[in-house]
Amino acid sequence: MSVEIFALTLLFSLPLGLLVSFGRMSRIKPVRYLVNFYISIMRGTPLMLQLIVVYFAPYYVFGKTINGFRFPAVIIAFSINYAAYFAEIYRGGIESMPKGQYEAAEVLGFNRFQTFFKIIFPQVIKRILPAVTNETITLVKDTSLAFVLAEVEMFTMAKQIAAKDASIMPLMVAGLFYYVFNALVAMVMDRFEKKLSYYR
Amino acid sequence: MGNDVLLEIKNMKKSFNDLEVLKDISLTVRRGEVISVIGPSGSGKSTLLRCATLLEKMDEGSLKYLDSYAADMVDGRIKYAPKSELKKIRNYFGLVFQNFNLFPHYSVLRNITEAPIHTEHIPERIAVAKARELLKDLGLSDKENAYPFELSGGQQQRVSIARALAKSPEVLFFDEPTSALDPELTGEVLRVIRKLASQKMTMIIVTHEMQFAREVSDRIIFMENGVIEVEGTPDELFNSQHGRLNEFLGRLKE
Ligand SMILES: Nc1ncnc2c1ncn2[C@@H]1O[C@H](COP(=O)(O)OP(=O)(O)OP(=O)(O)O)[C@@H](O)[C@H]1O
Ligand SMILES: [Mg+2]
Repeated sequence: MSVEIFALTLLFSLPLGLLVSFGRMSRIKPVRYLVNFYISIMRGTPLMLQLIVVYFAPYYVFGKTINGFRFPAVIIAFSINYAAYFAEIYRGGIESMPKGQYEAAEVLGFNRFQTFFKIIFPQVIKRILPAVTNETITLVKDTSLAFVLAEVEMFTMAKQIAAKDASIMPLMVAGLFYYVFNALVAMVMDRFEKKLSYYR
Repeated sequence: MGNDVLLEIKNMKKSFNDLEVLKDISLTVRRGEVISVIGPSGSGKSTLLRCATLLEKMDEGSLKYLDSYAADMVDGRIKYAPKSELKKIRNYFGLVFQNFNLFPHYSVLRNITEAPIHTEHIPERIAVAKARELLKDLGLSDKENAYPFELSGGQQQRVSIARALAKSPEVLFFDEPTSALDPELTGEVLRVIRKLASQKMTMIIVTHEMQFAREVSDRIIFMENGVIEVEGTPDELFNSQHGRLNEFLGRLKE
Protein backbone atom coordinates (compact mmCIF):
# COMPACT_ATOMS: atom_id res chain seq x y z
CA MET A 1 0.00 0.00 0.00
CA SER A 2 2.76 2.44 0.95
CA VAL A 3 4.69 1.46 -2.12
CA GLU A 4 1.67 2.02 -4.29
CA ILE A 5 1.07 5.45 -2.79
CA PHE A 6 4.73 6.26 -3.35
CA ALA A 7 4.80 5.09 -6.97
CA LEU A 8 1.48 6.57 -7.98
CA THR A 9 2.21 9.89 -6.32
CA LEU A 10 5.48 10.21 -8.21
CA LEU A 11 3.83 9.12 -11.42
CA PHE A 12 1.18 11.84 -11.19
CA SER A 13 2.95 14.63 -9.34
CA LEU A 14 6.11 14.82 -11.45
CA PRO A 15 4.34 15.70 -14.73
CA LEU A 16 1.63 17.66 -12.92
CA GLY A 17 4.33 19.66 -11.16
CA LEU A 18 5.84 20.65 -14.51
CA LEU A 19 2.44 21.84 -15.67
CA VAL A 20 1.96 23.78 -12.45
CA SER A 21 5.38 25.39 -12.81
CA PHE A 22 4.35 26.60 -16.27
CA GLY A 23 1.27 28.15 -14.68
CA ARG A 24 3.45 29.69 -12.00
CA MET A 25 5.61 31.33 -14.69
CA SER A 26 2.73 32.13 -17.02
CA ARG A 27 2.61 35.50 -18.68
CA ILE A 28 -1.11 35.64 -17.93
CA LYS A 29 -1.53 37.31 -14.56
CA PRO A 30 -4.71 35.60 -13.32
CA VAL A 31 -3.23 32.20 -14.10
CA ARG A 32 -0.08 33.10 -12.23
CA TYR A 33 -1.97 34.34 -9.20
CA LEU A 34 -4.28 31.35 -9.10
CA VAL A 35 -1.41 28.89 -9.34
CA ASN A 36 0.51 30.86 -6.75
CA PHE A 37 -2.42 30.59 -4.40
CA TYR A 38 -2.72 26.86 -5.00
CA ILE A 39 0.97 26.36 -4.29
CA SER A 40 0.82 28.44 -1.14
CA ILE A 41 -2.11 26.39 0.17
CA MET A 42 -0.39 23.12 -0.62
CA ARG A 43 2.84 24.18 0.99
CA GLY A 44 1.31 26.21 3.75
CA THR A 45 -1.03 23.65 5.30
CA PRO A 46 -0.26 20.20 6.66
CA LEU A 47 -0.56 17.31 4.28
CA MET A 48 -2.64 15.50 6.84
CA LEU A 49 -5.24 18.22 6.75
CA GLN A 50 -5.25 18.12 2.95
CA LEU A 51 -5.82 14.38 3.11
CA ILE A 52 -8.82 14.87 5.32
CA VAL A 53 -10.26 17.62 3.16
CA VAL A 54 -9.90 15.59 -0.02
CA TYR A 55 -11.30 12.52 1.67
CA PHE A 56 -14.38 14.38 2.84
CA ALA A 57 -14.79 16.49 -0.24
CA PRO A 58 -17.47 14.19 -1.73
CA TYR A 59 -19.32 14.35 1.57
CA TYR A 60 -19.44 18.12 1.46
CA VAL A 61 -20.10 18.38 -2.23
CA PHE A 62 -22.59 15.56 -2.73
CA GLY A 63 -23.74 15.13 0.82
CA LYS A 64 -22.53 11.56 1.04
CA THR A 65 -19.30 9.58 1.19
CA ILE A 66 -18.27 7.39 -1.70
CA ASN A 67 -17.37 3.80 -1.05
CA GLY A 68 -13.79 2.90 -1.74
CA PHE A 69 -12.77 6.53 -2.08
CA ARG A 70 -10.13 6.30 0.60
CA PHE A 71 -7.29 5.13 -1.63
CA PRO A 72 -8.04 7.51 -4.51
CA ALA A 73 -8.35 10.32 -1.96
CA VAL A 74 -4.89 9.57 -0.62
CA ILE A 75 -3.44 9.49 -4.14
CA ILE A 76 -5.16 12.73 -5.12
CA ALA A 77 -4.11 14.55 -1.97
CA PHE A 78 -0.53 13.34 -2.23
CA SER A 79 -0.28 14.09 -5.93
CA ILE A 80 -1.59 17.65 -5.77
CA ASN A 81 0.51 18.31 -2.70
CA TYR A 82 3.73 16.97 -4.19
CA ALA A 83 2.99 18.59 -7.54
CA ALA A 84 3.13 21.95 -5.78
CA TYR A 85 6.54 21.20 -4.29
CA PHE A 86 7.87 19.78 -7.55
CA ALA A 87 6.53 22.82 -9.40
CA GLU A 88 8.69 25.08 -7.29
CA ILE A 89 11.69 22.84 -7.88
CA TYR A 90 11.10 22.87 -11.63
CA ARG A 91 10.70 26.62 -11.58
CA GLY A 92 13.96 27.08 -9.71
CA GLY A 93 15.72 24.86 -12.24
CA ILE A 94 14.18 26.53 -15.26
CA GLU A 95 14.91 30.02 -14.00
CA SER A 96 18.50 29.08 -13.26
CA MET A 97 19.16 28.28 -16.92
CA PRO A 98 21.40 30.82 -18.60
CA LYS A 99 19.71 33.07 -21.14
CA GLY A 100 22.34 32.12 -23.70
CA GLN A 101 20.90 28.64 -24.08
CA TYR A 102 17.54 30.07 -25.13
CA GLU A 103 19.19 32.56 -27.45
CA ALA A 104 21.42 29.98 -29.13
CA ALA A 105 18.36 27.80 -29.70
CA GLU A 106 16.33 30.70 -31.03
CA VAL A 107 18.97 31.78 -33.52
CA LEU A 108 19.33 28.18 -34.69
CA GLY A 109 15.63 28.15 -35.49
CA PHE A 110 14.25 25.87 -32.78
CA ASN A 111 10.66 26.69 -31.89
CA ARG A 112 9.63 27.26 -28.29
CA PHE A 113 8.51 23.68 -27.78
CA GLN A 114 11.75 22.23 -29.16
CA THR A 115 13.80 24.71 -27.20
CA PHE A 116 12.19 23.66 -23.98
CA PHE A 117 12.15 19.92 -24.44
CA LYS A 118 15.42 19.48 -26.35
CA ILE A 119 17.64 22.13 -24.84
CA ILE A 120 16.30 23.43 -21.56
CA PHE A 121 14.50 20.58 -19.84
CA PRO A 122 17.26 17.94 -20.05
CA GLN A 123 19.62 20.38 -18.37
CA VAL A 124 17.01 21.37 -15.81
CA ILE A 125 16.62 17.73 -14.79
CA LYS A 126 20.30 17.50 -14.05
CA ARG A 127 20.17 20.67 -11.98
CA ILE A 128 17.13 19.78 -9.92
CA LEU A 129 17.96 16.15 -9.27
CA PRO A 130 19.28 16.71 -5.73
CA ALA A 131 16.17 18.66 -4.77
CA VAL A 132 13.89 16.05 -6.32
CA THR A 133 15.74 13.35 -4.41
CA ASN A 134 15.12 15.25 -1.20
CA GLU A 135 11.46 15.53 -1.94
CA THR A 136 11.24 11.87 -2.87
CA ILE A 137 12.78 10.88 0.44
CA THR A 138 10.23 13.01 2.23
CA LEU A 139 7.52 11.31 0.22
CA VAL A 140 8.67 7.91 1.43
CA LYS A 141 8.25 9.08 4.98
CA ASP A 142 4.94 10.79 4.29
CA THR A 143 3.40 7.64 2.83
CA SER A 144 3.67 5.93 6.19
CA LEU A 145 1.84 8.88 7.65
CA ALA A 146 -0.95 8.42 5.15
CA PHE A 147 -1.05 4.76 5.95
CA VAL A 148 -1.63 5.34 9.64
CA LEU A 149 -4.02 8.15 8.99
CA ALA A 150 -5.96 6.25 6.44
CA GLU A 151 -6.33 3.21 8.66
CA VAL A 152 -7.14 4.76 11.94
CA GLU A 153 -7.89 8.41 12.15
CA MET A 154 -9.89 8.84 9.03
CA PHE A 155 -12.08 6.04 10.08
CA THR A 156 -12.90 7.48 13.45
CA MET A 157 -13.16 10.92 11.95
CA ALA A 158 -15.63 9.63 9.40
CA LYS A 159 -17.75 8.11 12.13
CA GLN A 160 -17.69 11.33 14.10
CA ILE A 161 -18.66 13.45 11.18
CA ALA A 162 -21.35 11.08 10.03
CA ALA A 163 -22.71 10.78 13.56
CA LYS A 164 -23.23 14.34 14.61
CA ASP A 165 -22.46 16.30 11.49
CA ALA A 166 -19.55 17.84 13.35
CA SER A 167 -18.05 20.82 11.65
CA ILE A 168 -14.47 20.67 10.51
CA MET A 169 -14.16 24.24 11.63
CA PRO A 170 -11.44 23.55 14.23
CA LEU A 171 -9.41 21.77 11.57
CA MET A 172 -9.79 24.75 9.28
CA VAL A 173 -8.65 27.09 12.03
CA ALA A 174 -5.64 24.91 12.65
CA GLY A 175 -5.00 24.92 8.92
CA LEU A 176 -5.20 28.67 8.80
CA PHE A 177 -2.68 28.92 11.61
CA TYR A 178 -0.22 26.75 9.71
CA TYR A 179 -0.87 28.69 6.56
CA VAL A 180 -0.17 32.07 8.12
CA PHE A 181 2.90 30.82 9.88
CA ASN A 182 4.28 29.29 6.70
CA ALA A 183 3.42 32.40 4.72
CA LEU A 184 5.63 34.30 7.12
CA VAL A 185 8.45 31.81 6.67
CA ALA A 186 8.03 32.01 2.91
CA MET A 187 8.17 35.79 3.04
CA VAL A 188 11.42 35.78 4.96
CA MET A 189 12.90 33.22 2.58
CA ASP A 190 11.76 35.29 -0.38
CA ARG A 191 13.58 38.32 0.98
CA PHE A 192 16.63 36.16 1.39
CA GLU A 193 16.36 34.86 -2.15
CA LYS A 194 16.12 38.39 -3.52
CA LYS A 195 19.19 39.37 -1.53
CA LEU A 196 21.09 36.50 -3.09
CA SER A 197 19.99 37.28 -6.62
CA TYR A 198 22.42 40.12 -7.10
CA TYR A 199 24.58 37.83 -9.17
CA ARG A 200 23.87 35.13 -11.67
CA MET B 1 23.36 36.26 -58.64
CA GLY B 2 20.68 38.87 -59.26
CA ASN B 3 20.51 40.24 -55.76
CA ASP B 4 23.86 41.25 -54.47
CA VAL B 5 22.61 42.83 -51.25
CA LEU B 6 22.22 40.28 -48.47
CA LEU B 7 21.26 42.51 -45.61
CA GLU B 8 19.83 45.96 -45.48
CA ILE B 9 19.24 47.82 -42.25
CA LYS B 10 17.58 51.20 -42.45
CA ASN B 11 17.14 53.73 -39.66
CA MET B 12 17.27 51.15 -36.90
CA LYS B 13 16.41 52.55 -33.49
CA LYS B 14 16.37 50.77 -30.17
CA SER B 15 15.92 51.95 -26.61
CA PHE B 16 15.98 50.16 -23.30
CA ASN B 17 13.56 52.09 -21.13
CA ASP B 18 14.88 55.64 -21.35
CA LEU B 19 18.27 54.66 -22.70
CA GLU B 20 18.62 55.20 -26.43
CA VAL B 21 21.07 52.51 -27.44
CA LEU B 22 20.75 52.59 -31.24
CA LYS B 23 19.93 55.97 -32.72
CA ASP B 24 19.36 55.55 -36.42
CA ILE B 25 21.63 52.87 -37.78
CA SER B 26 21.69 52.15 -41.50
CA LEU B 27 23.87 49.47 -42.99
CA THR B 28 23.99 47.57 -46.26
CA VAL B 29 25.88 44.30 -46.52
CA ARG B 30 26.73 42.73 -49.85
CA ARG B 31 27.49 39.11 -50.58
CA GLY B 32 31.04 38.16 -49.65
CA GLU B 33 31.73 41.26 -47.61
CA VAL B 34 33.50 41.10 -44.28
CA ILE B 35 32.59 43.94 -41.98
CA SER B 36 34.08 44.59 -38.58
CA VAL B 37 32.27 46.61 -35.97
CA ILE B 38 34.42 48.37 -33.42
CA GLY B 39 33.72 50.92 -30.73
CA PRO B 40 33.84 51.56 -27.01
CA SER B 41 31.96 49.48 -24.48
CA GLY B 42 28.28 50.36 -24.36
CA SER B 43 28.23 51.92 -27.82
CA GLY B 44 25.55 49.45 -28.94
CA LYS B 45 27.53 46.91 -30.97
CA SER B 46 25.95 43.87 -29.38
CA THR B 47 22.52 45.45 -29.50
CA LEU B 48 22.95 46.01 -33.23
CA LEU B 49 23.79 42.34 -33.72
CA ARG B 50 20.97 41.23 -31.45
CA CYS B 51 18.44 43.32 -33.37
CA ALA B 52 19.77 42.04 -36.69
CA THR B 53 19.49 38.43 -35.50
CA LEU B 54 15.97 38.94 -34.10
CA LEU B 55 17.02 38.29 -30.51
CA GLU B 56 15.90 41.81 -29.73
CA LYS B 57 13.07 43.75 -31.30
CA MET B 58 13.99 47.14 -32.60
CA ASP B 59 11.65 50.08 -32.02
CA GLU B 60 11.88 51.69 -35.44
CA GLY B 61 13.44 51.04 -38.82
CA SER B 62 13.56 48.24 -41.32
CA LEU B 63 15.49 45.02 -41.55
CA LYS B 64 15.69 43.09 -44.78
CA TYR B 65 17.49 39.86 -45.69
CA LEU B 66 17.66 39.25 -49.44
CA ASP B 67 14.13 40.05 -50.57
CA SER B 68 12.46 39.35 -47.25
CA TYR B 69 11.57 42.03 -44.77
CA ALA B 70 11.91 40.86 -41.17
CA ALA B 71 10.63 44.24 -40.08
CA ASP B 72 9.51 47.38 -41.81
CA MET B 73 7.75 50.64 -41.05
CA VAL B 74 4.05 50.62 -41.83
CA ASP B 75 2.15 53.88 -41.28
CA GLY B 76 4.92 55.17 -39.08
CA ARG B 77 5.03 52.10 -36.87
CA ILE B 78 7.31 49.12 -36.96
CA LYS B 79 5.79 45.88 -38.10
CA TYR B 80 7.52 42.52 -37.85
CA ALA B 81 6.88 39.81 -40.40
CA PRO B 82 4.68 36.85 -39.41
CA LYS B 83 6.25 33.95 -37.56
CA SER B 84 6.56 31.70 -40.59
CA GLU B 85 8.40 34.41 -42.48
CA LEU B 86 10.75 35.05 -39.56
CA LYS B 87 11.45 31.33 -39.36
CA LYS B 88 12.54 31.39 -42.97
CA ILE B 89 14.63 34.51 -42.38
CA ARG B 90 16.41 32.87 -39.44
CA ASN B 91 17.88 30.42 -41.92
CA TYR B 92 19.64 33.29 -43.67
CA PHE B 93 21.96 34.08 -40.79
CA GLY B 94 24.01 32.50 -38.04
CA LEU B 95 25.33 34.02 -34.84
CA VAL B 96 28.46 33.13 -32.92
CA PHE B 97 28.34 34.22 -29.29
CA GLN B 98 31.11 35.52 -27.13
CA ASN B 99 30.64 32.69 -24.65
CA PHE B 100 29.81 29.99 -27.24
CA ASN B 101 26.49 28.90 -25.73
CA LEU B 102 27.04 25.33 -26.83
CA PHE B 103 24.50 22.82 -25.57
CA PRO B 104 26.39 21.09 -22.75
CA HIS B 105 24.25 17.95 -22.76
CA TYR B 106 24.93 17.19 -26.42
CA SER B 107 28.08 15.81 -27.99
CA VAL B 108 29.98 18.01 -30.42
CA LEU B 109 28.42 16.24 -33.38
CA ARG B 110 24.92 16.58 -32.02
CA ASN B 111 25.44 20.25 -31.21
CA ILE B 112 26.05 20.71 -34.91
CA THR B 113 23.44 18.38 -36.40
CA GLU B 114 20.50 19.03 -34.08
CA ALA B 115 19.28 22.23 -35.73
CA PRO B 116 19.59 21.09 -39.37
CA ILE B 117 17.80 17.83 -38.56
CA HIS B 118 15.01 19.28 -36.48
CA THR B 119 14.45 22.75 -37.83
CA GLU B 120 15.25 22.24 -41.50
CA HIS B 121 14.32 18.55 -41.65
CA ILE B 122 17.52 17.58 -43.36
CA PRO B 123 18.01 13.79 -43.30
CA GLU B 124 20.26 12.75 -40.43
CA ARG B 125 22.72 11.00 -42.75
CA ILE B 126 23.29 14.17 -44.72
CA ALA B 127 23.46 16.41 -41.66
CA VAL B 128 26.03 14.15 -40.05
CA ALA B 129 28.13 14.02 -43.20
CA LYS B 130 28.08 17.78 -43.45
CA ALA B 131 28.94 18.18 -39.75
CA ARG B 132 31.93 15.87 -40.15
CA GLU B 133 33.10 17.89 -43.11
CA LEU B 134 32.85 21.10 -41.09
CA LEU B 135 34.67 19.54 -38.15
CA LYS B 136 37.42 18.44 -40.50
CA ASP B 137 37.67 21.96 -41.93
CA LEU B 138 37.94 23.40 -38.45
CA GLY B 139 40.49 20.85 -37.26
CA LEU B 140 38.16 19.09 -34.84
CA SER B 141 37.69 15.72 -36.51
CA ASP B 142 38.77 13.79 -33.43
CA LYS B 143 36.32 15.64 -31.18
CA GLU B 144 32.95 14.70 -32.60
CA ASN B 145 32.05 12.50 -29.65
CA ALA B 146 33.40 14.84 -26.99
CA TYR B 147 31.16 16.96 -24.81
CA PRO B 148 31.67 20.70 -24.66
CA PHE B 149 33.12 20.61 -21.13
CA GLU B 150 35.92 18.38 -22.39
CA LEU B 151 37.10 21.03 -24.86
CA SER B 152 39.24 24.11 -24.50
CA GLY B 153 37.59 27.49 -25.01
CA GLY B 154 39.11 27.79 -28.46
CA GLN B 155 37.80 24.39 -29.45
CA GLN B 156 34.38 25.21 -28.06
CA GLN B 157 34.24 28.39 -30.07
CA ARG B 158 35.24 26.51 -33.22
CA VAL B 159 32.45 24.02 -32.56
CA SER B 160 30.01 26.88 -32.18
CA ILE B 161 31.19 28.28 -35.51
CA ALA B 162 30.63 24.85 -37.06
CA ARG B 163 27.17 24.78 -35.49
CA ALA B 164 26.33 28.13 -37.07
CA LEU B 165 27.74 27.07 -40.44
CA ALA B 166 25.80 23.81 -40.45
CA LYS B 167 22.68 25.72 -41.40
CA SER B 168 24.45 27.14 -44.46
CA PRO B 169 23.71 30.75 -43.55
CA GLU B 170 24.10 33.54 -46.06
CA VAL B 171 25.67 35.77 -43.46
CA LEU B 172 27.42 35.02 -40.19
CA PHE B 173 27.50 37.37 -37.22
CA PHE B 174 30.16 37.22 -34.53
CA ASP B 175 29.91 39.04 -31.21
CA GLU B 176 33.42 39.28 -29.81
CA PRO B 177 34.23 35.67 -30.67
CA THR B 178 37.57 35.71 -28.89
CA SER B 179 36.84 37.88 -25.87
CA ALA B 180 36.11 34.95 -23.57
CA LEU B 181 39.29 33.15 -24.56
CA ASP B 182 42.73 33.07 -23.04
CA PRO B 183 45.10 35.04 -25.28
CA GLU B 184 46.91 31.93 -26.44
CA LEU B 185 43.63 30.49 -27.73
CA THR B 186 42.42 33.46 -29.75
CA GLY B 187 44.71 32.60 -32.67
CA GLU B 188 43.00 29.34 -33.58
CA VAL B 189 39.60 31.03 -33.70
CA LEU B 190 40.81 34.02 -35.70
CA ARG B 191 42.46 31.63 -38.14
CA VAL B 192 39.12 29.95 -38.73
CA ILE B 193 37.44 33.28 -39.38
CA ARG B 194 40.21 34.29 -41.78
CA LYS B 195 39.74 31.06 -43.64
CA LEU B 196 36.01 31.73 -43.92
CA ALA B 197 36.78 35.19 -45.24
CA SER B 198 39.01 33.72 -47.92
CA GLN B 199 36.12 31.44 -48.88
CA LYS B 200 33.99 34.57 -49.37
CA MET B 201 31.70 33.97 -46.41
CA THR B 202 29.73 37.12 -45.66
CA MET B 203 30.50 38.12 -42.09
CA ILE B 204 29.82 40.88 -39.60
CA ILE B 205 32.24 40.75 -36.73
CA VAL B 206 32.15 42.75 -33.53
CA THR B 207 35.68 42.65 -32.23
CA HIS B 208 38.31 44.37 -30.14
CA GLU B 209 41.12 42.69 -32.10
CA MET B 210 42.17 45.68 -34.18
CA GLN B 211 45.00 44.01 -36.05
CA PHE B 212 42.70 41.19 -37.04
CA ALA B 213 39.92 43.59 -38.07
CA ARG B 214 42.37 45.48 -40.21
CA GLU B 215 43.55 42.37 -42.02
CA VAL B 216 40.30 40.56 -42.53
CA SER B 217 37.76 43.31 -43.18
CA ASP B 218 36.57 44.90 -46.37
CA ARG B 219 34.93 47.59 -44.29
CA ILE B 220 35.15 48.69 -40.69
CA ILE B 221 32.42 50.46 -38.78
CA PHE B 222 33.23 52.57 -35.75
CA MET B 223 30.25 52.92 -33.44
CA GLU B 224 29.86 55.36 -30.63
CA ASN B 225 26.81 56.23 -28.54
CA GLY B 226 24.47 54.29 -30.76
CA VAL B 227 25.47 55.79 -34.09
CA ILE B 228 27.85 54.74 -36.84
CA GLU B 229 30.42 57.46 -36.34
CA VAL B 230 32.93 56.43 -39.04
CA GLU B 231 32.71 53.85 -41.79
CA GLY B 232 35.26 52.89 -44.39
CA THR B 233 38.00 50.57 -45.56
CA PRO B 234 40.56 49.50 -42.95
CA ASP B 235 43.09 51.94 -44.44
CA GLU B 236 40.64 54.80 -44.34
CA LEU B 237 39.78 54.08 -40.73
CA PHE B 238 43.26 53.61 -39.42
CA ASN B 239 44.43 56.78 -41.14
CA SER B 240 41.36 58.77 -40.23
CA GLN B 241 41.62 62.14 -38.54
CA HIS B 242 38.43 61.54 -36.59
CA GLY B 243 39.23 62.60 -33.05
CA ARG B 244 37.27 60.13 -31.00
CA LEU B 245 38.14 57.23 -33.30
CA ASN B 246 41.83 58.01 -32.85
CA GLU B 247 41.32 58.33 -29.15
CA PHE B 248 39.61 54.92 -29.12
CA LEU B 249 42.35 53.29 -31.19
CA GLY B 250 44.98 54.92 -29.04
CA ARG B 251 43.40 53.60 -25.86
CA LEU B 252 43.46 50.07 -27.25
CA LYS B 253 47.16 50.27 -27.98
CA GLU B 254 48.07 51.01 -24.39
N1 LIG C 1 18.61 44.09 -22.12
C1 LIG C 1 19.05 45.31 -21.78
N2 LIG C 1 18.37 46.06 -20.90
C2 LIG C 1 18.80 47.30 -20.56
N3 LIG C 1 19.90 47.88 -21.06
C3 LIG C 1 20.62 47.18 -21.95
C4 LIG C 1 20.24 45.87 -22.35
N4 LIG C 1 21.15 45.42 -23.25
C5 LIG C 1 22.05 46.41 -23.39
N5 LIG C 1 21.76 47.47 -22.61
C6 LIG C 1 22.49 48.72 -22.54
O1 LIG C 1 22.65 49.21 -23.85
C7 LIG C 1 23.92 49.79 -24.02
C8 LIG C 1 24.62 49.19 -25.18
O2 LIG C 1 24.90 47.84 -24.87
P1 LIG C 1 25.64 46.87 -25.87
O3 LIG C 1 25.74 45.55 -25.19
O4 LIG C 1 24.99 46.90 -27.19
O5 LIG C 1 27.07 47.55 -25.97
P2 LIG C 1 28.39 47.00 -26.67
O6 LIG C 1 28.80 48.03 -27.64
O7 LIG C 1 28.18 45.64 -27.17
O8 LIG C 1 29.43 47.01 -25.47
P3 LIG C 1 30.59 45.95 -25.10
O9 LIG C 1 31.78 46.33 -25.92
O10 LIG C 1 30.82 46.19 -23.66
O11 LIG C 1 30.08 44.59 -25.39
C9 LIG C 1 24.65 49.65 -22.69
O12 LIG C 1 24.54 50.84 -21.99
C10 LIG C 1 23.90 48.55 -22.00
O13 LIG C 1 23.91 48.73 -20.62
MG1 LIG D 1 28.88 43.71 -26.64
